[in-house]
Amino acid sequence: MGDYENYLKGSPLEVKVITRRIGIPNSASIDVFLQNDGYKALAKALAMKPDEVINEVKNSGLRGRGGAGFNTGMKWSFVPKQSAKPKYVVCNADESEPGTCKDRPLIEFDPHQLIEGVAIAGYSIQSNQGYIYVRGEYRYLLDILDRALQEAYARGYLGKNILGTGFNFDIATHTGAGAYECGEETALLNSLEGLRGYPRVKPPFPAVVGLYGGPTVVNNVETLSNVPSILLNGADWYSKLGSAKNGGTRLFCLSGHINRPGVYELPMGFPLRRIIEEVGGGIPGGKKLKCVIPGGSSCPVLTPEEIDVPMDFDSLSKIGSMLGSGGVVIMDEDTCMVKAALRISRFYAHESCGWCIPCREGTSWLKTLLTRFHAGGGVAEDPDTALDVAFNILGKTLCPLGDAAALPVISILKKFRHEFEDHLKLGACPYERSAVTAS
Amino acid sequence: MLSDTLKAKFDQVIARYPLKRSAIVPLLMFGQDEIGYVSDELIEEIARAVDVRPIEVIEDIGYYSMLHRQPIGKYNLQVCTNISCLLRGGEGILEHCSKKLGIGHKQTTPDGKFSLEEVECLGACCGAPAMQVNYDFYENLTPEKIDALLERLRKNSSA
Amino acid sequence: MPEPTTAAPPTTVTITIDGKSMTVPPGTLLIEAAKQSGIDIPSFCYYPGLTLQGACRMCVVLIEKMPKLQTACTTVVANGMVVHTANDEVKNARKAMLEFLLTNHPLDCPVCDKGGECELQDAVFRYGAAETRFLEIKHHEEEKKFSNLVYYDRPRCILCYRCIRVCDEGMDVNAYGIGFRGAHSEIIPNHGDKLECEECGMCIDICPVGALTSGTYRYKTRPWELTYTGTICNHCGDGCKTTLSIRNNEIIRANNRDHSGFNGEFLCAKGRFGWDFVNSEQRVTSPRIRRDGKQEDSTWEEALGTTVARLNNIITRHGADSVAVIGSNRTTNEENYLLSRFTRTVLGTNNLDHHRTADFSSLVGALTNSHATDRYATMQGVATASSILLIGNNPTHQHPLLAYQIRQAVRQHRARLYVINGDEIKLRRQATLYVQVKPGGEADAVRALICNLGPAADLLAAGSTPISAVAEKLKTESNTIIIFGDEIRGEMVGELVRWGLTLPGRTRFIALGDYANSRGAADMGLLPGNLPGYSSITDREARAYFETVWGEKLPVKPGRDLRGIVSGIHAGDIKTLLVFGSNPIKTLKLDGNALSKLDFLLVADLFPTETGALADVFLPATSFAEKAGTVTNTCGQVQAVKRTMRKPGTRSDLEIIMALARQFGRKWPYNSPDDVLREMIAKVRGYSIALPTLLLGGAVATVPEGIPPALERVDLISTSGDSLFTSGTVSRYSKALNSVEEAKRPHDHIF
Ligand SMILES: Cc1cc2nc3c(=O)[nH]c(=O)nc-3n(C[C@H](O)[C@H](O)[C@H](O)COP(=O)(O)O)c2cc1C
Ligand code: SF4
Ligand code: FES
Repeated sequence: MGDYENYLKGSPLEVKVITRRIGIPNSASIDVFLQNDGYKALAKALAMKPDEVINEVKNSGLRGRGGAGFNTGMKWSFVPKQSAKPKYVVCNADESEPGTCKDRPLIEFDPHQLIEGVAIAGYSIQSNQGYIYVRGEYRYLLDILDRALQEAYARGYLGKNILGTGFNFDIATHTGAGAYECGEETALLNSLEGLRGYPRVKPPFPAVVGLYGGPTVVNNVETLSNVPSILLNGADWYSKLGSAKNGGTRLFCLSGHINRPGVYELPMGFPLRRIIEEVGGGIPGGKKLKCVIPGGSSCPVLTPEEIDVPMDFDSLSKIGSMLGSGGVVIMDEDTCMVKAALRISRFYAHESCGWCIPCREGTSWLKTLLTRFHAGGGVAEDPDTALDVAFNILGKTLCPLGDAAALPVISILKKFRHEFEDHLKLGACPYERSAVTAS
Repeated sequence: MLSDTLKAKFDQVIARYPLKRSAIVPLLMFGQDEIGYVSDELIEEIARAVDVRPIEVIEDIGYYSMLHRQPIGKYNLQVCTNISCLLRGGEGILEHCSKKLGIGHKQTTPDGKFSLEEVECLGACCGAPAMQVNYDFYENLTPEKIDALLERLRKNSSA
Repeated sequence: MPEPTTAAPPTTVTITIDGKSMTVPPGTLLIEAAKQSGIDIPSFCYYPGLTLQGACRMCVVLIEKMPKLQTACTTVVANGMVVHTANDEVKNARKAMLEFLLTNHPLDCPVCDKGGECELQDAVFRYGAAETRFLEIKHHEEEKKFSNLVYYDRPRCILCYRCIRVCDEGMDVNAYGIGFRGAHSEIIPNHGDKLECEECGMCIDICPVGALTSGTYRYKTRPWELTYTGTICNHCGDGCKTTLSIRNNEIIRANNRDHSGFNGEFLCAKGRFGWDFVNSEQRVTSPRIRRDGKQEDSTWEEALGTTVARLNNIITRHGADSVAVIGSNRTTNEENYLLSRFTRTVLGTNNLDHHRTADFSSLVGALTNSHATDRYATMQGVATASSILLIGNNPTHQHPLLAYQIRQAVRQHRARLYVINGDEIKLRRQATLYVQVKPGGEADAVRALICNLGPAADLLAAGSTPISAVAEKLKTESNTIIIFGDEIRGEMVGELVRWGLTLPGRTRFIALGDYANSRGAADMGLLPGNLPGYSSITDREARAYFETVWGEKLPVKPGRDLRGIVSGIHAGDIKTLLVFGSNPIKTLKLDGNALSKLDFLLVADLFPTETGALADVFLPATSFAEKAGTVTNTCGQVQAVKRTMRKPGTRSDLEIIMALARQFGRKWPYNSPDDVLREMIAKVRGYSIALPTLLLGGAVATVPEGIPPALERVDLISTSGDSLFTSGTVSRYSKALNSVEEAKRPHDHIF
């Protein structure tokens, strides 16, 4: 599809766990999957007690790859054992965080790994129905998944009495129609119920009251794709792959000003500097680094001084940023940070669901202010106003989209204030060219 | 009148959910794929199929950015200019398409062949600059690639 | 993601708000707990009784040990919670929300209807943020006309979603939705760019700003130019409290924004918009006398003089029983009481009746016989009932408040509603069981219900729930409220009551009469056989009682009922007819010359009605808004109506009756409606009500008791089947109600 394979270039530094089948011809077919220990983990899980499966995942240190980085096994353990209403597993394949394109290859080249992960999650919380919510733009992945699901049903890995264990589990795909907010787990649930993708008031959390009011586990594609390997090789093996409390590997999407853009599977805690310089092969034209977004556009940006950080959830939050969704966006010295802030703000203004005031009004205010400012119409107060607006959004919205919009702008305004001053002095953008020069 | 294949698809999709209304968005998407846009009739049919009031379908249409109430071109060029693509010349690609087709954001060529849209992140960041034509991805774009593509599409559409 | 608590909840929780410690029941919302201790946390999207939104973020507070500010409207109190609602962090956050709201707000307060009573304006005064740093262009949008009565101004809208929720959850109309996304979000109506709904206007009142405005009020005036008077709606029999806004002797609007009265914020289209008949230029403002065939303007002196002369003449020539009087469903209790006195003592006849729309007499008689006169249900009672049996009627159209109360009971108290109806009434949506009988089959259904025998095969509509199912369920309920329309009358009422009283708990009853004082007309004895308070004219003691109260003899001969009066006119036995606030030609569907045999016809009314057009003397009467007194709703609850203005040239029925009595040489001891009320309270059984409560605007339940004569012919009881947008004759003179598009659709149209 597209030029996709082109940028799964691979790197000797990779540790391939969930991407290990990618590259094998026909890796999406169930036969290739089965020849490469496909559905063994499901068989193994079904032979265990549900709680044992949950503990295995908990101990592996697997943390949510969707952005929040919450311990996956722990999340599953919140699901009440007894429930009047049916329980559900929902796989979040809404991948829309700018800079992120990792769930796409996982579904395109190894859909059965994901299906197996969903089924195992279903067994562990004793659910009988899973849904995979795929963003509308990924229509071709929907078709790939539907095909894979048919195969899995045909071979008895889904449906009634799976592998003769008496466990019944169904999975259906669901398409979105263009809305970043529907990646937020409760908005996703509303969307899945046919409503506008507005987030829900928490608590109650989905694990207790979720889809159709039943206990529901919502997990990211990458998260669930890790589950089979964890069950096959054990929690210990998995946790040792990564750093403390950050089990396993994770997919990093290198994009922007980088020589070898692509999706790479690296151990948790792999240093950001080496990702840029060794894995990504440095910056085109030998240019200097200006800043990096470490985990998708909602993360505070990092300056060159900050890139010796190990890429795991805790290390990044220590330096005031986030590992987020693994979207590493590199910007070289010729990048206009005002423009970057503007473009990011435009995105969040466009995607705000509009439910709550600070996000609805705040994001569109930031967008219009920065548009005017970057176009040369800035006034001296603008940078402070923008900072205030961002802080007034921060922590006051119903769902985290507000924070996602505020944090990058705050970090850029703080770390690159001088660029705003330059715009004011010049009455125009000093970098206009570079933004549009194709590399 | 919706085609029988579409009607069959509707039934099959609705059957996936314990609550019929869950199917609204998928039905809108599949319906739009066939009809080319979300027609009044489609809204009525869907409302009936999942027994909700039409306004509930209309609420969804307004929310989701991929659904449109007017017919658009046979080929809808959706150019991403979000951060990763921006950094690799996404805006230039958009400009180029716009010049080539003589239309701007959310406009359609008089012959109804092409529409152009500036869109948010498509999930092709590592292949930036990228765009989607209808559902097909085109990545690592250059003006030359665009020209070639437009040529090909023109041929297809007149063929 | 904190671990969801599964521990058993305590019986009460203790929390500290701004230093004050308090205990509240578990499950209480923080915003409500604060309110209880006098701490007002600002809010836009939160609205008591409606679902939670967490959208406006105005209610943010600081809760110790929580990472960030929390919304008080969605936070449930937890033991030991320490809350700060007024520190700087909180104040600044609220200020910020307001600044955000104002970024795209037009700030056209000087011309906005809500100016002066706007929650956004108030909040800005309280927290500042009036000066904005917003330098961008506000997106503008033209005002939208959703209907003739409802307009929407997007730029003013703060998207609190109250309108959507009150329409869905309160009205079960679901006419609103949200269009588009993000900053472009807006409220959209259900039919393209138009509303198709019940036009109740609840969305207008509940809107905290001037986004939704009233087609009849918008841009007319400013709130501070108005004087406000709380009174009672004059349309249906439910008795909603309404606040009339008056500017120079004209009613400008009606609403219930102070939420006084058992209707809370509720008003239907008639209550909110249908008062404008009072201002109608078709009101008659001078007495008229017929001279050689045509009515001409005259003076009060002449009109009253002529009337008394003609009456004296006829009574001496043909006797008192050649005179008949028809009373009103809308006049006050005081007026009805005096009309009853006037007819029986001054005229000396019992030929007195009114258009009866419910069989209140039979209900009172049945409950008295069963020693159960403590079983009249109240309007408030319905909203908190656990079980309701609704037989006949279509409350959505004929008793909008009652329908609202029933929906409240079902939604907020999980009440079970059992409906037996010949029609697919809208309330079936709330019903636990819905028995659809063939049109007019309600009485037979009740018989089947009572005798628990299988109904006649053809009684039920195809596929309907069997009646036995309802009978079984009701045995498992307790404290059921039984509500019935005009379909149940005469001895059926007695049978229903006796059976109802055998159900578990305290079964209570409501009979549904059409108009603002239909109940009061029966209570005050505008019936041939009833004296005020449901005692029978044939009961010697009762007669003696009122003879002492009124100091005059009462006629013994039974009077004619409405049908008897009409046939009497036809037979030439009735020579004179006095009609007060009633339009028999229309309500009885009489043809124009049915009254032609009369020697003399007096009509007192607001408008030149079909009956009024035939009058020899026409007296221009006042409306509910122009006089003081009391009315009794269909549940038997008395409320005060107040004088707010007066159309020059008109007089109230009370003034008219008093004047006539005076000219007949009577010296009645009343100088004001209050004097009449005091006598009623002292003398009319069931009306010994607490005057202070009444004068303070409360509703006081009566407990009528008595054995009135049995109903002779069932066709004396019949609803006029008004819709949401009609109200007998007066609604024809309401521009607002006539402008309602939905009214042009079939009456039983369900929204
Ligand atoms: C605005 C917003 C958008 C999000 N988008 C996505 C998304 O596209 N994919 C995803 O997996 N998680 C997304 N999330 C995170 C989800 O809310 C949720 O945390 C996640 O799906 C849980 O799965 P995990 O624990 O496996 O990460 C988003 C969150 C927010 C606030
Ligand atoms: S922060 Fe508020 S407006 Fe923004 S997406 Fe979340 S709920 Fe919607
Ligand atoms: S009142 Fe709490 S968020 Fe609106």
